[in-house]
Amino acid sequence: MTVNPKISPPSNRRWIVTSIPYLWMLVFFLVPFFIVLKISFSSSEIAQPPYAPAFDFMTDTWNDTLEKLLTLTSDNYSRLFQDSIYFSSYLSSLWIAGSSTVMMLFIAYPIAYAMARAPKSWRPTLVMMVVLPFWTSFLIRIYAWIAILSEEGLLNTLLTSLGIIDEPIQILSTNTAVYIGILYSYLPFMVLPLYSTLEKMDESLIESAKDLGCTSIGAFWRITAPLSIPGVIAGCFLVFIPAVGEFVIPDLLGGSETIMIGKTMWEEFFNNRDWPAASGVAIALLLLLMIPIMIFQSNEARQQEAGQ
Amino acid sequence: MRRLSIFNVVSLTIGFVFLYLPIILLVIYSFNAGRSVAVWGGWSTKWYSSVFENQQLLAASWVTLKVGVLSASVATVLGTLSALALARFGRFKGRTLFSAMVYAPLVMPEVITGLSLLLLFVSLNIDRGFWTIVLSHITFTMCFVAVVVQSRLSSFDRSIEEAALDLGCTPFMTFFRITLPIILPAVISGWMLAFTLSLDDFVIASFTTGPGATTLPMKIYSDVRLGIKPEINAICSLMIAVVTVTVMIASVMTKRQEVERERAERLAVAGR
Repeated sequence: MTVNPKISPPSNRRWIVTSIPYLWMLVFFLVPFFIVLKISFSSSEIAQPPYAPAFDFMTDTWNDTLEKLLTLTSDNYSRLFQDSIYFSSYLSSLWIAGSSTVMMLFIAYPIAYAMARAPKSWRPTLVMMVVLPFWTSFLIRIYAWIAILSEEGLLNTLLTSLGIIDEPIQILSTNTAVYIGILYSYLPFMVLPLYSTLEKMDESLIESAKDLGCTSIGAFWRITAPLSIPGVIAGCFLVFIPAVGEFVIPDLLGGSETIMIGKTMWEEFFNNRDWPAASGVAIALLLLLMIPIMIFQSNEARQQEAGQ
Repeated sequence: MRRLSIFNVVSLTIGFVFLYLPIILLVIYSFNAGRSVAVWGGWSTKWYSSVFENQQLLAASWVTLKVGVLSASVATVLGTLSALALARFGRFKGRTLFSAMVYAPLVMPEVITGLSLLLLFVSLNIDRGFWTIVLSHITFTMCFVAVVVQSRLSSFDRSIEEAALDLGCTPFMTFFRITLPIILPAVISGWMLAFTLSLDDFVIASFTTGPGATTLPMKIYSDVRLGIKPEINAICSLMIAVVTVTVMIASVMTKRQEVERERAERLAVAGR
């Protein structure tokens, strides 16, 4: 059989296949970051758009740009440390995300463990049941909790009618509601990685540990727990990283005491119309998440290598 | 067969009650005749009829649907191309940057993605509205498609592709005749994932929208801020119904396809 001469060598076509998504991501993902970076160094102005650009590459000469680089306004960054609202919202985001990740681990582990020990034929159904709520809108799931937690909501009505409390307790618009919202929304992200490591585990290891005189609890701590570490790491980061930058949950469920960085940035942008400050907050948030994201990705890469 | 211990059964039960109770309550109370979220005033479907009379809600739903179908379709093409590049082309120039750009949006906080895209549109002087939402949704959903398709690509037998190439198929034809039919379930589930992510998105759409383009999540959000309305329960229940039915159909379809494929493989082995 002869090769059709009209066909170009595969490398040419490959170049086309790669370049389309490549260009797309360059234009719509990478370039925007540099714009955010650029605007984070400019100063705020009452105008449309509301900032005075630090650089203007169209009209500036190289010397102008260089001069401006030297006198660059890093006001937005020094403000990040001086203005207590920024600093405390970073700290409280880290605290809320971190502590809800730990709580989540204790809630999700028994569920994932039970799923992995369930009869094989049940497991796909159980996995689907964990995933199914994830397909319904995030906003709807948060909204459902407002109806439960509000002062005249279901929980308070139930508790007062049972006589447990005399007056409705305030749960909505507190940090407690934010924790409940995070635990509820991100549960599948913790359960699924845990389940996939626990499911792969060799049952006979535990049986032999028990034969050798280990108690059930001892076998769990010595064998099951250490072997599930990769799943624990993956699950923790999958919960922690998005929780730090969360906006909808603190905004709808939290109150004035709840300050989280995603919400601060949102308010800076939409309410104060301070685009440079919002950009500064965004860059700082990105730097904050860089390390956890890198740990997460190297954990994933290790897992994949181990799998192959 | 091993039996589940009491502890296992209890943790599964509590877990699923926690996951499903809020949604079930929301659906039940969408049929509440009264206005209250806690007091039951009898069954009624009046909130559903008022949803269908609410022009703003209907317009927002239509915008959301159009954004979802358009962006999911383009994202599926771009995501499949990215998956091909990552899974099949080995080490090409700039691969590290490319894979970083494909994986980063998966964990990127939505507020950052939204802000950066908005600033891009502003600096390019693009009028914001329907099309900027579509562009933004394509960008963040194509990465999810890429991951789904790539995992299918890396798990199938490449010798079939090589055989087709050896037998004189062009790479182009090989893709459409061999590769695409095999990865089709993954491509379809990638499309569905992109579609639901787009339907669901509130943060990125709020940043990148302009006058005249309001999506359903944006409308729901502004209504929720004003307080609980039974109408929102009704529209949410409708959305839950649509998503549940779609996911059920999809899972039955993939299951059937898997069974079919296994049978075909068995037949092929037996025929040999």
